[in-house]
Amino acid sequence: MHFQPTDDQRALKAGVRELLAGRFGRRALRAAVDRPGVLDRTLWRELGEAGFFALRLPEPDGGVGLGLPEAVLAFEEAGRALLPGPLIATHLAAGEVAGAATGETVVTAAYGGLVEWLAEADVVRGEAAGAVPVRSVDPLTPLHRLPRPPGAAPESGPEPVAVLLTAAEQLGGAARVCELAVEHARTREQFGRPIGAFQAVKHLCARILVRTETARAAVYAAAVTADPLDIAAARLLADEAAVHGARDCLQVHGGMGFTWEADVHLFLKRAWTRTQRTGDSTQSDELLAEDLLPVRV
Amino acid sequence: MDLADSPEEGEFRARLREWLAKVLPGLPPKPSPDDWPARRAYDLGWQRMLYDAGYAGLHWPVDAGGRGAGPARHLIFLEETEKAGAPYVGANFVGLLHAGPTIAAEGTPGQRARWLPPVLRGEEVWCQGFSEPDAGSDLASLRTRAWRDGDAYVVSGSKIWTSHAEVADWCELLVRTDPDAPRHRGITWLALPMDAPGVTVRPLRTLAGSNEFAEVFLDEVRVPVVNRVGAENDGWRVTMVTLSFERGTAFVGEVVACRRALGELAREARANGRWDDAPLRRRLGRLNAEFRALWRLTQWNVSEAEGTGGVPGAGGSVFKLRYSHARQELYDTAAEVLGADCLDLGRPWVLDRLSSLSYTIAAGTSQIQQNIVAERILGLPKGR
Repeated sequence: MHFQPTDDQRALKAGVRELLAGRFGRRALRAAVDRPGVLDRTLWRELGEAGFFALRLPEPDGGVGLGLPEAVLAFEEAGRALLPGPLIATHLAAGEVAGAATGETVVTAAYGGLVEWLAEADVVRGEAAGAVPVRSVDPLTPLHRLPRPPGAAPESGPEPVAVLLTAAEQLGGAARVCELAVEHARTREQFGRPIGAFQAVKHLCARILVRTETARAAVYAAAVTADPLDIAAARLLADEAAVHGARDCLQVHGGMGFTWEADVHLFLKRAWTRTQRTGDSTQSDELLAEDLLPVRV
Repeated sequence: MDLADSPEEGEFRARLREWLAKVLPGLPPKPSPDDWPARRAYDLGWQRMLYDAGYAGLHWPVDAGGRGAGPARHLIFLEETEKAGAPYVGANFVGLLHAGPTIAAEGTPGQRARWLPPVLRGEEVWCQGFSEPDAGSDLASLRTRAWRDGDAYVVSGSKIWTSHAEVADWCELLVRTDPDAPRHRGITWLALPMDAPGVTVRPLRTLAGSNEFAEVFLDEVRVPVVNRVGAENDGWRVTMVTLSFERGTAFVGEVVACRRALGELAREARANGRWDDAPLRRRLGRLNAEFRALWRLTQWNVSEAEGTGGVPGAGGSVFKLRYSHARQELYDTAAEVLGADCLDLGRPWVLDRLSSLSYTIAAGTSQIQQNIVAERILGLPKGR
């Protein structure tokens, strides 16, 4: 057993972080917020060229030939950078939809109740007829609602790999809000000292880290095993880490956290959006509850 | 990233399983929890069996008589022994996990030869004299005094929360040898013989009604200077070695046990009808996610420690914070499953629920652990 990233995996993660820091830094992030609903096609193709979408496609098919752990590390970085767009749907379409692997084609998917980036997508997987636009709470994720007959069964959510990659994005977001909270707590002074010197603030920051690192272990383990139960657990832990982390980060920022100008709200809104993408969380609870009982014959 | 056993680890696991299957059916019945001499004999007997089979001091260095196994193999040992229902480390805890490793790291050759083999062979029991009535989270404020008198220290004071004191041969004792030095610099580590004149042990009854702990009163007890490990006034640094061990693999068996308890709890809920209560059932599912994650976090921390020469990092505090809370949540959920039966001490999990109240307090309260995480990992400024 060696449950730590290999040198190659660390290098891949650092490479994606560097790429995104250069191409989608804070200035680009805020520019995207100011142009809601518009996807940067040039960036999309650059992601394609970097192998982001073809990461798990076999080499003979023009892919990078890597596995789920590598994809999880790359999507963690995407989550950290708040990279917009239907990244997971396009990644999953690589090798199946022409141009998806290279970033020429933007692919979105109608998993359940909502569709992300429907107006900008070239291809929609799943049934999206009759979808109507929604005033999305997240300025970086345009949404359409799918028609749903009254009394229909609860949405089942996407396939396990999409759930896992969403959890990876949540993990990246959680790790980033931990850094933002700590940076603010170290520099913001009140009562003549950095607010991070106060235990009440320290404990908020510590709890963000504890949730993030517990989720990290769950998400990485699910990437190694690809077991549906591990993925369900990873999803629950990562959702919790991302949503509560952003909430606590906002609290640490005080009044500044309530402004449009601070980035904290973007992390919280994206974290909320991702929790809906993966379907009803009680279904993950139920799956894990059923696992506790002996198999009935 | 890899979760599978290496060929060597797989071989180690298979042999251990085989040995456990062979010896466990022949163990004597477990003694009554109140019968301390019987508990001591039982725990030492198990340690002797481990010694004879080559599993004693698995994680200790080879030159201290151990097997020099890294954290990953120690993890397999703890996982498999717990899964097989083998005896817990019990009375051997302090010797194997605190005092022994301290002596191995800081003791003279003579001290190692005197104290380490009896721990490994299951012949001597150690207890821990760190906490005091006025020195809990603020351990460095301890006031038990020791004066030098010829070739001995004369020790007076009192210690609290000492497990197995009634049946211990030795106590790893922290004393203040220089009251004028800054708090962390005036402390010395001594091996106290528990049969020395002036040592009084009084059982301490916990809210769970048990006598798991004791208070130890020291009235001008003479401890030979040769029993000092490390230099005089260097005891704080010497002690930190043991405390970091406590936060390493100390909870592995407990996480395995919690996952088993969760399964039993689900079956109980199914049997008594509470399983049909959807919020409660989902809470059980959520706990399954929680303990799966805690097991993965253990594997993560162990793999990290493997890369740093076996010394657990501050990640131990992250784990302890999450685990202690999760375990309390487990027994609170058990109480919901039991309904009114949660007031019946004869039912399973009811005593466990009481015992679990200590988890967010013992070995560093959650508040102190959060300070450690914030200051040592996140780099936030010190200050209150």
